[in-house]
Order: sequence, then C-alpha cells, then structure tokens
Amino acid sequence: MSAPKDPGNGRLRSAGPPDSALLPATTWSGRLTDALGGPLRNARNFALVLVAALVAGIPLLYAAGSDPLNGYGALFEGSIGSKQALAETLVSMMPLLLGGLAVAVAFQAGLFNIGVEGQLLMGGLVAGTIGAKLDLPAGIHVLVAVAGAMLAGGLWALIPALLKAFRGVHEVITTIMLNYVAFSVSRYLVKPGGLLVSRTQPSATELVAPSAGLPRIWSPTRLHAGIFIVVVAVGFMWYLVFRTSLGYRFRVVGRNPVAARFHGISPPRAIVQAMLVSGAFAGLAGANEVLGLHHRYFDQFSPGYGFDAIGVALLGSLNPIGVAAAAFFFGMLRSGSVLLQAVAGVSRDMISAFSGLVVGFAAAVTLVDRILGRRRRMRTGEGLPSPAGVTTQEGAPV
Amino acid sequence: MAGPDAVQAPEPAVRLRGIWKTYSGGVQANRGIDLAVRAGSIHGLLGENGAGKSTLMKVLFGLVSPTRGGIELSGRKVRFGSPADALEARVGMVQQHFSLIPDFTVTQNLILGNEPTTRFGRLALRAAAARIQELSDRYGFRIDPNARVADMSVGARQRVEILKILHRGAEVLILDEPTAALTPQESAELHGVLRTLREQGRTVIFISHKLAEVIDLCDRVTVLRDGEVVGEREIGPEHRGPGPDRDAVERDLARMMVGRDLPAGPGRPHAPGAPVLILSGATDGGALAPIDMEVRGGEIVGLAGVEGNGQNELIELILGIRGCASGRILLNGTDVTRWPVDRRLRAGIGHIAEDRQSAALVMSMPVAENALLGYQNQPRFHRRGRWLSVQRIRDFAAELVRRFDVRTPSVRVTASSLSGGNQQKLVVGRELARRPSLIVAAQPTRGLDLAATSFVHEELDELRADGRGVLLVSLDLTEIMTLSDRILVVSGGAMVGSARPSEVDEETLGLWMTRGRTDRTGSVEAAAT
Ligand SMILES: Nc1ncnc2c1ncn2[C@@H]1O[C@H](COP(=O)(O)OP(=O)(O)O)[C@@H](O)[C@H]1O
Ligand SMILES: [Mg+2]
Repeated sequence: MSAPKDPGNGRLRSAGPPDSALLPATTWSGRLTDALGGPLRNARNFALVLVAALVAGIPLLYAAGSDPLNGYGALFEGSIGSKQALAETLVSMMPLLLGGLAVAVAFQAGLFNIGVEGQLLMGGLVAGTIGAKLDLPAGIHVLVAVAGAMLAGGLWALIPALLKAFRGVHEVITTIMLNYVAFSVSRYLVKPGGLLVSRTQPSATELVAPSAGLPRIWSPTRLHAGIFIVVVAVGFMWYLVFRTSLGYRFRVVGRNPVAARFHGISPPRAIVQAMLVSGAFAGLAGANEVLGLHHRYFDQFSPGYGFDAIGVALLGSLNPIGVAAAAFFFGMLRSGSVLLQAVAGVSRDMISAFSGLVVGFAAAVTLVDRILGRRRRMRTGEGLPSPAGVTTQEGAPV
Repeated sequence: MAGPDAVQAPEPAVRLRGIWKTYSGGVQANRGIDLAVRAGSIHGLLGENGAGKSTLMKVLFGLVSPTRGGIELSGRKVRFGSPADALEARVGMVQQHFSLIPDFTVTQNLILGNEPTTRFGRLALRAAAARIQELSDRYGFRIDPNARVADMSVGARQRVEILKILHRGAEVLILDEPTAALTPQESAELHGVLRTLREQGRTVIFISHKLAEVIDLCDRVTVLRDGEVVGEREIGPEHRGPGPDRDAVERDLARMMVGRDLPAGPGRPHAPGAPVLILSGATDGGALAPIDMEVRGGEIVGLAGVEGNGQNELIELILGIRGCASGRILLNGTDVTRWPVDRRLRAGIGHIAEDRQSAALVMSMPVAENALLGYQNQPRFHRRGRWLSVQRIRDFAAELVRRFDVRTPSVRVTASSLSGGNQQKLVVGRELARRPSLIVAAQPTRGLDLAATSFVHEELDELRADGRGVLLVSLDLTEIMTLSDRILVVSGGAMVGSARPSEVDEETLGLWMTRGRTDRTGSVEAAAT
C-alpha cells in the first residue's frame, strides 16, 4: 500500500512512504529470520552443521599435532564422559544459553543486538552489588539481585532501542558503542579506589552474601541452582515468542514492518519491547554467573559470552529449543577443551577456531537453504525476482 | 493431409499440439491443449486466473518446457530451449508483469542485451534511437525513444514493452494481460496499436480475462479452463456493436470460462443510513489536499483514480497510519483523528490492502498466523487471558480457508507458498470476517478469478445490505460502476468529482481521472459529499 508505487501518469510523483517507521517490507534481518524458519529443516540443518564442523575439524586437529580420533575422544570424554565433565558442560552452557535467548528474541523482532555482552556485564555488576551490599532475607535477596540485574540489562538495551525506534539509528552501531561504555564503566567502578571495589580483591566486588547466592546442587561439581533458572527461561522464552500476542507482534515486525503497521502493530513499540526483553535476558545471564559461579562480580568475568551467544542463536535457528541445543554443544566444546589440551596437547585456542567453524557453517547452511529455495522457484518459473522498482503483478487488477 | 483443400488453406502462424505441462508441485497447468492461430489475426486467449493461459504462452515462448506436446510455426516443427530461441524464430512475448528498467530511457531498455556498437566499440545510441522512433511512428506507438521509463504512464510503458519485442523482430506477439493495469483510454490506445499491427500482417495472441475487450478486439477466441480448451468462437463485426449477437457471444464465453452461468449484477435500491466515516477537511499536510467526504452505512462508495493520485495516502489517513495534519476524521460519529491504527481497527475498520505481499501478509509466516494478523489482541484468540490459543487460531484460519475457497494443503504452510489469487482470498476473508462497520477495499478483486471476484462482490454487497459502509478503491472502472452507489474521483491528491453511476460513463470518469474535472459547474454537484 505505501511502498512507493510506479508513479503512473499521476501528479503525485513521489508521495513516498508516510513517515519514518515505514521500513522496507523485507529487511535483511527479516530475510535472515525467514531463512531460519521451519523446525524440521532446522533440526536437519543443525545436525548438518555439526557433522560438517566435526569433519572440518579433522585437519585442524592434525595441524595441531594430534590424532583426530584421539582428539575427539578427549573432547567427548572431557565434556560428557563423567559426572564432573557433564556438570562443567552445563555450567559453560548456561551463560551461552541465556545470552543466546537474548540475541534470538531481538532477531525475531528484526534487531541485531550485538550489545548482549555489555548488557550482561551490567547485569552481573548490579547482581554482584546487590548481593554484596544489601542485607535481605534468604530467597528474597536472590530474587532482588536477579531482578536488579535484569532491569539493568534491560535499561542498557533501552538506549539503543529508543534510538532505533524513534530516530532510526541502527542498533548494530549503538549496541557496539554501548558495549565499550559498559566495559569502561564496570572497570572504572572496580578499579583500585573505585566505588564498588572489594577491600581484599582487586578488580572485583565483595563476595555476595550467602542469602544472595545460588546454591550448588550436585556436589562436588560446580553445577548450581541457576540451571533451574535456565530451564524455566527456555520454556518462558518459547512461550513468549510462539504463544503470546507480544511474541507474535515481535515476529510480525521482524518480518514485515509494513504489514505490522497496517494491522495495528506499532513497530517502534515492538522494537523497544523486544530490546527490553533481550537486555533483561542478557542481564539474567550475567546475574547467573555472578550469583551462581563466582559469587562476586569481577572484571572480565565474561570471556565474551555475549558474542558467542550470537553464534548460539544462529545455530539454534532463533528457536529457544534450538538455542538450548546449540548452547549445550558450545558448552561441550568449552568444557571438553580442558581435557583436549591435557591429553591430546591441543591448545584451547583451537576450540575458538572450531567454534568459528560451527558458526560459519551455520551461516552457510542458511545461505544454501536460501539459494536452494531460489533455485526451486527459478526452475518452476514462479516468483522470479522482478527488476528493481517494478512491482510484479501476477493476476493484475481485474 | 494431402487433399487439395489442405494444400489451399495457409498454414497457421502458430500451431500447438497436445501441450501438457505438469509443474513440479504436481499442478497440471496445461492438459493436452491444441491451438491454431491464423497468421495476421488477433487471437484471444480467454480464461480465469489459473486456467493455464500464461503457462501455455510461456511454453510457446520457450520460458517453460512442456511435459509433452509440440510447436509448429507456419507448418515448421520447432523446439525452444529459451526465449532467445523463440525470438530467433520471431516469437516475442510481453510478460504479465513489467520488465523494463525504470531508470533507463526507452532506447536503453530496448537495446539491453543486444547493444549495437560503433566500429570503435562505443554504444550506437543515436542510431538505435532513430530506429526506434521509426518503428514507433510506423505503428502509432507515440513513444519518445529518449524518455525515461520512470517518467512514463503505465499505458506508455505497456507500449514500450510491445515495441521492445517488435524491435527484436517479432512477427508473432504474445501479450499476457496487457490491459490489466490500464485506464480505459490507455486500453483503447493499446487496441489501436494492436489493430495497426494486424493490418501490417503481424500475428497477435492477446491474453485477457475481460470479456468485453476480447470481443472488441479479437478475430477468434479460445477459452481455457482448468488447463483445457473448453471452446472457441469466431468473432465477427456483427458481435462488436451492442445487440443480441454480442450478448449471446458474451454469455457463451462467460459460461465457458466459469463453467456455469454467472449471477446477474446487483440491482438494488440505494437507501443509505447514518454516516460511518466522515472526513472534513482532513489532510496529511503533504500529498493530500484537504478532503471532505463521507461513507454512509448501507452504501458502497467507489473511489476512482489513476494509480498514484492519492488513493494510498487517503487510505493511510483513514486507517491512522498517516498523521492527520488538520481537519477531522469521524468513525461512527466518534472523533478518531488522533487514534492509533489498532484502536481504529477495533472500532470497526476493515482494510483489504492493495499490495497484499507487502501490506497484508507476512509471507514467511504460516497461513494460520496470517489469519491472526490484525486480531492479535482479541480475547477470542487467547486462553486464560494471556496465551495465544493455537487451536482457536487454526480453527479460525481453517474456517476462512473453507469459506473463501483458499487453495492450500494446510493452514500450517507459509503464505508464500500460496498462489497470488489464494493469498488475496485469504486477505479478503480475514478482513470481511471482522464484520467491520467500514471496510476500505483497495483493489479487492485484483488477481481473483471470475468466480472468486463475484464472490467478493457478493460479500461487499452483503456488508452493504447489512448496513455497513464500503469504500471501494479500484482502478477498474467497470467494477466501480457496477458496485458503487456513489463514485468519487480523485486526482492529484484532491477530490475532483462525485457522481452516481447512472449519471456518468466510463469515458467521463476517465477524463476526470486524467485531467481533473473541467465542468465543475456542470450537471453533477461539484464537491464530493
Ligand atoms: N511456476 C509454477 N509452479 C507451479 N505451479 C504453477 C506455476 N505457474 C503456474 N502454476 C499453476 O498452474 C496453474 C495455471 O497457472 P497460469 O498458467 O499462470 O494461469 P493463468 O495465466 O491462466 O492465470 C495455476 O494453478 C497455477 O497455480
Ligand atoms: Mg496469467
């Protein structure tokens, strides 16, 4: 309706789209989300990516001077081969999973939230501070700390959201910039003499009170009660995205903002809401680490979870269940890498290269799907792309 | 074959023998079609949407390879692997959608892919332009070879498309629904060009689903239905003027197309109720002049205009997508000027968007979720107040699919996998299911076949009978003339005329549309009310 039309011989040459928020019907992220649809295809692609990455990893392992069979054996042994290993895999999985959900929900609404890392840091910082500084009854204390972290993450994401929704500033730019702000602010607060720095530990806050900690649940491993939060979070996110009006509005806006507007869904509003949810989940990821694992905030407690989460979200096809599976896999890589190094003598950096492979393949599979889809359409002669600016009218006006 | 008569009869310019085409999805678009086209004639190919007309012609043009069957040109067996082969054999086709590059001039477009160069490798643009000018003059195209396509009217672009295949040397010209987007004047001009081509000995295959123009223009008509030839008629001068001969052949052809008799158009008294929509001096402060108009309950108001003259802007203003800079908009007597879209929809506006793919559907979402669009906040689709009820959404979608005959294997497939006509049926069904007090229908029958079109018309008529208001925005004047109780004409973002269908004919409306209204003091009241 409001896509600029061929002017015809009308006098209104270029009335143009009415106002700022009428974005093109197909945004790049819309196309991405399109390509990621279909649970069956997703499961198949997931398996494909893993197999491809495992195969491509063989020469990598060789190059690193290890026998691939040996290497993979160590990787599996070290990630799921024992109680200890499995627990470590789950521990590594958690921040990736929560971060992955944060990235995925933003993607659903057509937003590329690269700022999960910063939001996660702010969440961790607030959780650590509330945990250490406030004196509250057990139970309540955790809840307040978690809620504070989610609020902090959400607010950190609110800034780019507002800029995007009302000023059209691209979220990729603002979220990256805010990452740097988050790095600096958090470092500043725990630097020697900083406002929040611990008296005994440099570059960290005080230990959180036991009332604010998430207890260990599987001694002697480090697995903590955060795993329950994570399970609930997956279910919650799945319901939110696929079974609520809010999630539906996110998905419509992410795929076709013009149609959204014509049907009473405000894209700016959905953008703000989706970023708030995304940021809150990122903040939750930070709180989970701080309250459950480290029991204090310290500088660089995240080795870039927020960035790895992007790969997790992609490999998981933006579907919370898929994200969980992808996060588990990445968790395996992280925890297995210890044994890989010890037994097969392969540097842990190798694992980063391997993660990169997985993400690369995930992106490639999406691309292949798109190309195959287009091929099919070409072969049957339907839906050929029309030349730029010309609207294809199959069965034009009667 | 060897009898003396057979030797006498000239070979047809085109003969298709037993063409079968089964698409990869299993759709049998053509099922053993035989067709013979006399050289130097205009041959009509008539049929509803989905009858297989485009497919048959794509086979002839080498775009689609037939599953079975053969092609003969003037008695010579040919086999085309691509449009290039077809053009080599002097068969050219203008596709249903435009294929020109808007930023290029006519000449640049025409030489594309076949650029003439000077001895030094420079583009020989000037010589090409001269040749195109010469072609244009010979056939009365009235085209300036140096004009930019983006600056041309839709009618002129259509002529450029034809010029393009002529320039490639086509003797047999296939035109797939060339008048679909044209005003009556533009269509008439195109008919003139085609008649000239016939006089000069070219052969034209003219695809359409408009009965009237096929009878006006063609020498012979073949009717397709469901991939088969269901009949052929010779059209002579006796059929062209109004009279019983014409009526008979029209009825005949219509019955062949649809497979049954069509219901007669609605003839009914006009007794409008209270206004459901009032615009008083409403404007967006840009594209639109201040607009005064109203739509009453129980009437259909047709908005006629050349595409791009403010219809879209007006619709956006009514829906609340476009801000109202001054003036007021009342819905059922309530001032909704400042209301957001969602609230207006809930207050009783339905909208059939003209461009379904960009404004009415989310192509990558399932049919069921598309059925939900616009209803996402309604309690009837929620369980326990919060969760969307997948079951209820699917039931609703299935109901729409059933009632509006949307052809889809299931409500779980994506909207993109539906054909254009079925997508439109889904949209129309969804918006009518709202039972809105005002429905804004922009080209509601675009892409629908005759049966579905008459179904939509009946539905609009039923809304009207039910005391609801309908604002029908259409480029098709026949549709506007048959359905509307009142007609408004928009041009250059302003209302330039208002009339009852009985007071005007299509030509007059066409003139108002293109030139604005000159006889403001004439018999018809000047302002649109
Ligand atoms: N590329 C295609 N792939 C699959 N089915 C197609 C394709 N093109 C057309 N069809 C189907 O073939 C039938 C005939 O279509 P078409 O030849 O376009 O009809 P018409 O031009 O008469 O409207 C329709 O059912 C349509 O959905
Ligand atoms: Mg067609």
